Amino acid sequence: MDASTRTRSNSNKPKYSRFTQQELPAWKPILTPKWVITSFVIIAILFTPTGLLCLWASEHVVEIIDRYDDDCLPDSYSTNPDLYIQSRSTNKTCVRTLKVPRKMTAPIFIYYQLDNFYQNHRRYVKSRSDKQLRDPDEADETEDCKPQDHLSGNDDEPIVPCGLVAWSLFNDTYKFFKGNKAIDIDKKNIAWESDKKYKFGSNVYPKNFQKGGLIGGGELDDTKPLSEQEDLIVWMKTAALPSFRKLYGKINTNLEANETITVVIQNNYNTYEFGGEKKVALSTANWIGGKNDFLGISFLATGGVCFFVAVSFILLYVLKPRPLGDPTHLSWNRNQAAQ
Amino acid sequence: MGTGRKRRLHFSKIYSFKCGRNRFDDDHSQIGGPGFSRVVYCNETGVAEAASQSYADNYVRSTKYTPMTFLPKSLFEQFRRVANFYFLVTGILSFTKLAPYSAVSAILPLIVVIGATMVKEGIEDWQRQKQDYEVNNRKVKVHRGGGVFESREWKNLRVGDVVKVVKDEFFPADLLILSSSYEDAVCYVETMNLDGETNLKLKQSLEATSTIHDDSDFNHFKATVKCEDPNASLYTFVGTMEYQEQQYALSPQQLLLRDSKLRNTDYIYGAVIFTGHDTKVIQNSTEAPSKRSGIERRTDRIIYFLFFILFLMAFLGSVYFGVVTKRDLDGDRQRRWYLGPDRSDIFFDPKRAPAAAVYHFLTALLLYGYLIPISLYVSIEIVKVLQTIFINNDIHMYYEEADKPAHARTSNLTEELGQIDTILSDKTGTLTCNSMEFIKCSVAGTAYGRGVTEVERAMAKRTGSPLIVNGRDQLLDDHNDEDSTLSVKGYNFEDERVTNGYWFHEPHSDVIQKFFRLLAICHTAIPDLDEETGKVTYEAESPDEAAFVIAARELGFEFYKRTQTTVSFMELDPVSKKRVERTYELLNVLEFNSARKRMSVIVRDEDGKLLLLCKGADSVMFDRLAKNGREFEESTKEHVNEYADAGLRTLILAYRELNEEEYKEFNEKFTEAKNSVSADRDELIDQATEEIEKDLILLGATAVEDKLQKGVPECIDKLAQAGIKIWVLTGDKMETAINIGFACSLLRQGMKQIIITLESPEIIAAEKDGDKNVISKVSKESVKKQILAGKAQLTASTSDPFALIIDGKSLAYALHDDIKSTFLELAVGCASVICCRSSPKQKALVTRLVKEGTGKTTLAIGDGANDVGMLQEADIGVGISGVEGMQAVMSSDIAIAQFRFLERLLLVHGHWCYRRISSMICYFFYKNIVFGTTVFLYEAYASFSGQPAYNDWYLSLYNVFFTSLPAIALGVFDQDVSARFCLKFPLLYQEGVQNTLFRWRRIFGWMLNGLVSGVIIFFLCTRALDPESYRKNGKTAGMEVVGATIYTCVVWVANCQMALAVSYFTLIQHVFIWGGIILWYLFLLAYGAMPTSISTTAYNVFVETLAPAPSYWVVTLFVVIAALVPYFCYKAVQMRFFPAYHGMIQWIRYEGNTDDPEYVNMVRQRSIRTTTVGYTARSIARDNNLYHLNLELQAPK
Repeated sequence: MDASTRTRSNSNKPKYSRFTQQELPAWKPILTPKWVITSFVIIAILFTPTGLLCLWASEHVVEIIDRYDDDCLPDSYSTNPDLYIQSRSTNKTCVRTLKVPRKMTAPIFIYYQLDNFYQNHRRYVKSRSDKQLRDPDEADETEDCKPQDHLSGNDDEPIVPCGLVAWSLFNDTYKFFKGNKAIDIDKKNIAWESDKKYKFGSNVYPKNFQKGGLIGGGELDDTKPLSEQEDLIVWMKTAALPSFRKLYGKINTNLEANETITVVIQNNYNTYEFGGEKKVALSTANWIGGKNDFLGISFLATGGVCFFVAVSFILLYVLKPRPLGDPTHLSWNRNQAAQ
Repeated sequence: MGTGRKRRLHFSKIYSFKCGRNRFDDDHSQIGGPGFSRVVYCNETGVAEAASQSYADNYVRSTKYTPMTFLPKSLFEQFRRVANFYFLVTGILSFTKLAPYSAVSAILPLIVVIGATMVKEGIEDWQRQKQDYEVNNRKVKVHRGGGVFESREWKNLRVGDVVKVVKDEFFPADLLILSSSYEDAVCYVETMNLDGETNLKLKQSLEATSTIHDDSDFNHFKATVKCEDPNASLYTFVGTMEYQEQQYALSPQQLLLRDSKLRNTDYIYGAVIFTGHDTKVIQNSTEAPSKRSGIERRTDRIIYFLFFILFLMAFLGSVYFGVVTKRDLDGDRQRRWYLGPDRSDIFFDPKRAPAAAVYHFLTALLLYGYLIPISLYVSIEIVKVLQTIFINNDIHMYYEEADKPAHARTSNLTEELGQIDTILSDKTGTLTCNSMEFIKCSVAGTAYGRGVTEVERAMAKRTGSPLIVNGRDQLLDDHNDEDSTLSVKGYNFEDERVTNGYWFHEPHSDVIQKFFRLLAICHTAIPDLDEETGKVTYEAESPDEAAFVIAARELGFEFYKRTQTTVSFMELDPVSKKRVERTYELLNVLEFNSARKRMSVIVRDEDGKLLLLCKGADSVMFDRLAKNGREFEESTKEHVNEYADAGLRTLILAYRELNEEEYKEFNEKFTEAKNSVSADRDELIDQATEEIEKDLILLGATAVEDKLQKGVPECIDKLAQAGIKIWVLTGDKMETAINIGFACSLLRQGMKQIIITLESPEIIAAEKDGDKNVISKVSKESVKKQILAGKAQLTASTSDPFALIIDGKSLAYALHDDIKSTFLELAVGCASVICCRSSPKQKALVTRLVKEGTGKTTLAIGDGANDVGMLQEADIGVGISGVEGMQAVMSSDIAIAQFRFLERLLLVHGHWCYRRISSMICYFFYKNIVFGTTVFLYEAYASFSGQPAYNDWYLSLYNVFFTSLPAIALGVFDQDVSARFCLKFPLLYQEGVQNTLFRWRRIFGWMLNGLVSGVIIFFLCTRALDPESYRKNGKTAGMEVVGATIYTCVVWVANCQMALAVSYFTLIQHVFIWGGIILWYLFLLAYGAMPTSISTTAYNVFVETLAPAPSYWVVTLFVVIAALVPYFCYKAVQMRFFPAYHGMIQWIRYEGNTDDPEYVNMVRQRSIRTTTVGYTARSIARDNNLYHLNLELQAPK
């Protein structure tokens, strides 16, 4: 047997290659003082201006936020907001005045902001039918939408769009006035293109929407295809966290500093039940997006920490220029010492 | 054929003990009964009766699976692992409504992982299948009928077939020998594959069939064999053969076992008795015990710990979920009305909140499963396979002479190689070459032989004195010596007084002549005369014996012919200066065995004088000398002691003249004893021989050197400096073992030897009484006393090195349950431990004692069948693929060709593998905890409803694609320091022994690091993106944007963390680490480009929403750096101010201080302590001693 294997391959000697002998050329970095200090200094140098840039950008964003859910509740209903909000007969109109702190250049974005609203709840997130939204032939695909799937007890009447997300569509409305002059709100292109094009069908029309026993939120125009119902599309892009903003519309004119804006709100949406908050926000945006001091401050903070660490390391290295590393603390030496 | 005819000798006659003819005894009455039901119709293939038998065919399968069973069996194996089972359960549950993600995405990684393992299993099994195919398709000559033999594959052999096996072939099945090329139908069998013994065994057929010598004779041959059923006992066989209407008893003597080899015999005929899996050798093969490494066991525990965390997280989440769900419905009032709590299904129903919480618990278990690294086990397996490939391909562990590279037979123990605390080594064949060299002798009280032994050389080195032999300084000649290795193997005798016939001029030339004649006659070797060259080679039972015959030949007493009754040798006649032939008539051989410790032959010389020639161990021989035979006793004893000191094996040679009556009387007694059938047959033989082997006349003593293998002292030195304890377990006698200990530097002067032995007078007295109970009681007491005394010595002085030497007899008592722990404490406290005269079982027991008693990792290394138990018992068994058969290799985990390769195997490969595996596992936990933390924290913001922020496929591909490859690259390629430094700083090895890289502190450190990274990533990402718009177009970030951003950061952090942890960047590391990140972006692009029905929330997410947003990139940059800064700070401080040992070496390398002796010594500090063994330590100890010695010498006497 031996002989036969030997004749097959002349020798069992392993072939030499840098790979098999584990001698590949390699970069073997170790954290020398130079490296450590350089890295921290680079981070500090990189982060400080970036942070300042972010802060600067954030500073240039003008933002007006107004919480109105409590203030728009008539005093007579203050103990019983449910009755007020659920009743069809109460007057939901509410007027708020906002002051523009600095000049806001168009486009100015109008947001509504909800707090303590769990759009990311699994029951909520899953309660939709993407197929139905895309394709008019799939209107019956309402499996995941329960309980908002069919008109009560009638399997032949699927709700389009079905599910809790659509059903709970935000339905407060805002009108803006400068003095007595209404400001145009541009509600076009507030949703993502790909949603409009591919996720919401241009030939899918709302059907049986909000026709069930319990009406959740906003209603839809049955004559407009879903792809044009941008409010719905925006709403159905579920938010990541329980406190979120969604785009309501855009104002395409500038607002000057110290101007007073009147907002006429139809306070329809029920946040009282779950103790949520409603806010309306006007904001400009630049490359960083909306007003966001956090990023800039964290950059600066991290940069500062790194700078501090770099300095401490320099000091440490200066104080202990060549610390050989004391072998006595190695575990086996400790054990030995303990014996 | 010619030699065959010439060799038709009745060798059976010269053997007394082994070759008794058979007799019917009790066993044979059982034939036909239960357990003895096998009936074999020899040579009757066509007959209906024979055909009706349904014995197994001769196909042997060593594979674990067959094509049919592969799938179920390997799947079962896979799901026996807790983690895999968990993933199977979650996979099944993911088809229900409980699942927070889609079933396909959950199942796919499991399939990949299980599939990879199964492919690995399949490949391994396929290789076994190839081996099987090779074995099963070997050809053998089988009787076809009509006296014609044809070639047939082994697998087609049937029970009852008559086969013809020729010289040097393996037996294809268990055969009943019918006849052989020898007239008396004996044959020689090499059973190396069965028991590892190299000596040939003699088998013989029944007399009745021994006359069949031609193929054609089998035309009419018919026999029926009735015998025992297949069993695993190699040394028993009971059966009868009915041949020519006669019943004959069969014994193991007639059975030729599969896997043994026909030697020195031209051919045999045999009938197939057991085939395939019925054969004794296959019945005997047990599944090797499956070994798992300590790291893997600890990994299991961490996995359990993670499971605990997972359950805890799920439990807390469920409780919270239950509470908030219940609150959603307050009577009629719906709080979170948008969730439709009034008409909810069971999973979210506030009215049945507890049930919902329970279901949610299951959901959470599925979701938090990302804490458990699904690909960990398969990655470990892949990494280990690759590591073994590196071991197998290491050019530095390739042994040119034997053409043998290292061979890791199991891949699951590589990292244990880096954690060995104790090495238990066999001696013969492992430390030594098992090649014996006749080097010295003492004849008639004069010592001859000027060869220098390894031990003498080592001693000379130690004392520093030049060793002048033959006018040459042997120390200086070291190198030459290596090249000028003896022209004759087994012979290293140099003495001008004796060689070339000069012995005749010595004073006691007659004694010298007798001495060498004895060497040429008194043995059982078989000469093999090469007729062309006239050279004689010998087949001997042991290398010692070969050395004697060779020595005799070289000195002019050339044994060249053996017949059944004679021994012939050529002798240089001192008077005529001619070579004359002497033929002695061989009357009896009284064989060697371990109880007798001697062998004798009785011969009649050419003058008709009867001589008994005897050689044996000094312990038995000196007692047997005649009063007038003790002339040289004193000086011989002295020489023997000297030889033993030099690490040589000694034998005493003596002879005696017999008179005819005496011999006649003996022969009668002896023959009677031989032919006796009673149970005490051996005892009778012993008695008979006892009476004749006395009143001997001493001739002298021989000394044979057991050559140390190349590089052994150096290797032991390195291993000792690495802090590894080395125990030698040997079957040799104490003196030899101690001397080998000196040669290997395991022992040195100034080391206090604690010797535990039962050679004390009271024990011997008790033994003479013969009461077994008393003996064992006294012995045990004595052993206990000695152990306690040793311990007391040990505690009295902690700085002195101690050596423990214990013999097998004492060891038997020391291993008793009640004193073994004390014994272990003593042994562990000693720098070297040598167990001599230990049996294979004791070796295994000692190994187990060390393994279980200390809880440390043990490695056993050995080469022979007697080491098998030890190899299997130890955490790692290393077989030396040397000359002593394959048994040790077959039961080892790793086979190397030379002991010295152990140095590289442990210090380099072991250290690397340990480091790689432990770092890789830590990293695996790290990356999964980072990911799991982000998943969990998100839950806290989603009222624990079980909704992940990530797309299903992000979840499932995290482990398998984006982060596993760099981890595997770490596991395969990482090196903290290069091989050169591993060897230069052997103490580095202690990192593994102390398990510093995989202790709980480090594991939890990594887990904490994971937690910190996860928390930083999650909060920074969510705070940076919420709730404002994040782009110039004013649009806000939805769940998919936040999810993808966090995920991007996780992938970046996990891979960059790897880059920080790696200290060895090859191109491969770069490709895998940066490739993992690039792969994520590519995936995002590709997945996002798929139709919305597949990509769902990830549709166009990168192209449309993420990539154009500067804040996405800024956030990624910021979060990644922020998440890594804590670790970076820690590592910078640790590396500079508290470097681990490898860190210090890295500094040395980096600062180029490798040649700064002061610096290097400081780092090496404590690699040599007073208790360290090895020659470096020895020379240091000597220097210290010299200093004291000089002081003493200077003092006036």
